[in-house]
Amino acid sequence: MGDVETVAGLPIIATGVDVVRGDTRVLKDIDVVIEARRRTFILGPNGAGKSMLLRVLHGLIDPTRGVLAWGDNRATRPPNQAMVFQRPVLLRRSAAANVRHALALAGIRGDAARLRVHGALASVGLTHAGNRPARVLSGGEQQRLALARAWALDPDVLFLDEPTASLDPAATRAVEDIVADFHARGTTIVMTTHSLPQARRLADTIVFMSEGRVVEQTEAGVFFNQPRSSEGGAFLEGERW
Amino acid sequence: MRGWITNIVLALGVLGAAAALAQQPFIVVASTTSTEQSGLFGHLLPAFEKDTGISVRVVAVGTGQALDIGRRGDADVVFVHDKAAELEWLAAGNGVKRYPVMYNDFVLIGPKADPARVAGGKDIAVALQKIAAAKAPFVSRADKSGTYSAELRLWKDAGIDIATAKGPWYRETGSGMGPALNTSAGLDAYILSDRGTWLNFHNRGNLTIVVEGDKRLFNQYGVMLVNPEKHPNVKKELGQRFIDWLVSPRGQEAIASYKIGGEQLFFPNAGSDS
Amino acid sequence: MDTISQSFAVAMSMVAHLDPRLTQIVGLSLAVSLTATLIAALIGLPLGAATGIGRFRGRATLVVLLNAAMGLPPVVVGLLVYLLLSRAGPLGPFGLLFTPTAMVIAQTVLITPIIAALTRQFIEDAWVEYREQLHSLRSSWRQSVLTLIWDTRWSLATVLLAGFGRAAAEVGAVMIVGGNIDGVTRVMTTAIALETSKGDLPLALGLGLVLITLVLALNFGAHATRQWARARFG
Repeated sequence: MGDVETVAGLPIIATGVDVVRGDTRVLKDIDVVIEARRRTFILGPNGAGKSMLLRVLHGLIDPTRGVLAWGDNRATRPPNQAMVFQRPVLLRRSAAANVRHALALAGIRGDAARLRVHGALASVGLTHAGNRPARVLSGGEQQRLALARAWALDPDVLFLDEPTASLDPAATRAVEDIVADFHARGTTIVMTTHSLPQARRLADTIVFMSEGRVVEQTEAGVFFNQPRSSEGGAFLEGERW
Repeated sequence: MRGWITNIVLALGVLGAAAALAQQPFIVVASTTSTEQSGLFGHLLPAFEKDTGISVRVVAVGTGQALDIGRRGDADVVFVHDKAAELEWLAAGNGVKRYPVMYNDFVLIGPKADPARVAGGKDIAVALQKIAAAKAPFVSRADKSGTYSAELRLWKDAGIDIATAKGPWYRETGSGMGPALNTSAGLDAYILSDRGTWLNFHNRGNLTIVVEGDKRLFNQYGVMLVNPEKHPNVKKELGQRFIDWLVSPRGQEAIASYKIGGEQLFFPNAGSDS
Repeated sequence: MDTISQSFAVAMSMVAHLDPRLTQIVGLSLAVSLTATLIAALIGLPLGAATGIGRFRGRATLVVLLNAAMGLPPVVVGLLVYLLLSRAGPLGPFGLLFTPTAMVIAQTVLITPIIAALTRQFIEDAWVEYREQLHSLRSSWRQSVLTLIWDTRWSLATVLLAGFGRAAAEVGAVMIVGGNIDGVTRVMTTAIALETSKGDLPLALGLGLVLITLVLALNFGAHATRQWARARFG
């Protein structure tokens, strides 16, 4: 690492972000920084607001209060981001057509698109499944297809919301390998997970949340040995049970 | 995807058929269900078309609706059988002139069991009085049809105020002749019908003709051109040719030659003052 | 029961001899109802889809109105279209009354709410599943509508079948705006009504059997197509 080259739209800086749903403040006064090219993992107990924060950072949900800034402070969401959900959402068409659909939305068609589709499917190991209906693929294959779709877009930031929660160990491993490939390519990773071993394996930075707040944002190595917050410590304690 | 192609082809087919239909000159004639159901048009119109090359599109509804269609200018000619209503319609400026064309007759239909003891009689007023007195089941069309107007007239001639005299025995169906006959067959009830519809009616049940031949049962038909000054879209030349043909010897002969089971149904009387 | 067995015989005989009046009536019925379904689909599918995913003021009211309009009595629709197309009415100069075009218009009015309301339901349900991912991919509102319509296409095919079924089965609207003119605007349902009112019940029921068979055949065909498609596209 130690890359000096700046990436457009990064870092993502959230300041004082609140999200209110009805009468409840679901996210409270969030300050968080997503650094370029790093793998940031958001951890915390159920209901902490991890998925909500992920969606705010990606721009799917607008904060009720507070500010999001990207890189040189542009007001609109920078274009090159992609997201993968816990359950992959695929269209009723072939695997390749799903990737083509995403590219068409990004304005990429024709031969350029064809090349990207081929490359994306190859990079997740789904070349053989290109013409098969996406919905008849296995759970693991579908998630890899969702990643291929993101790969084809060559995003600067990849958001993942518990992408392996529904997968068996082999499929989980495959997904983690692909995430590693994204990272090697220079993509910034922002991911939530329930699996502490997974976070230990992959994370550079931990954002630890509890009850709608960011309690601490720490280097992964530091967090897992000596979390700065008592909630973080309690959370890691729980793992030993 | 194949479904869409079929749809488009059929749609073009419809449009094509419509276009083809539009090639031949045609008029729209508003007439009554009883006239159509008698089968007269099936006999008459091919002859007219052969003589003139004009196609006739008959919209068959109740007399009231037929006159309303004419009033709105949606037909070129009106051909119904309710002189009072026709004259009223003319007076309101909806038409040009009324030409008597032909008459047919009504018959009183009733169950073979004949609870009111009217069968074989020659006097319709007496028959209706007996039916009202016996409170025998009677079906009335109770729509604005020529037949219904005739029925009301006959009750009046019999000295019966049907509006007050009616009870559960008097069933008003608000329907055309055929459905009303269906109802009568189902109820074993008396009913006034035009002879043509009766002769073509097959669902008779226990019903038969009980009274016929009384002059008051005669049903006069008139034909009128819709007023082209009120509705410029009216095809006045073609419409007038239809009227002229109906009252011509050729048309009158065609009317007389229409028979059901060897029986003449309509009696031409153009030129009379009916 | 005698009438029913007679009617089977009548139906068989008509079909076997390819009775020209029968084929003309059947052809016109299919042409009118299929055309109406096509036009209703062109209006109703995007309308339903847009209502399904749109967020605008009055949306809830529109949904209620569409659902209610599914139950519009055909005879009322017929009367309204009649008043519209009559020479005395606003579209009088076009002279459309008592033509097959008028029948197509009336049936289109009748079934567009059905198609729109049912489409809305299917699209709205699909939208719950697809919304976030499409938002993430920066799909515009218009692009999302088209994507959802295509993705729910097999359910929507059923919707179109429902619309066609309603159109092919109704008599009230086409009777009033078409006038049941022999050879011009007489369709299966109005022919059945006419023969019934003439008391020729075997013929009426025979025609009814032909109509039912046609609609059944169409539905079987659609079902088979869906099975094939499901196997192929998942």
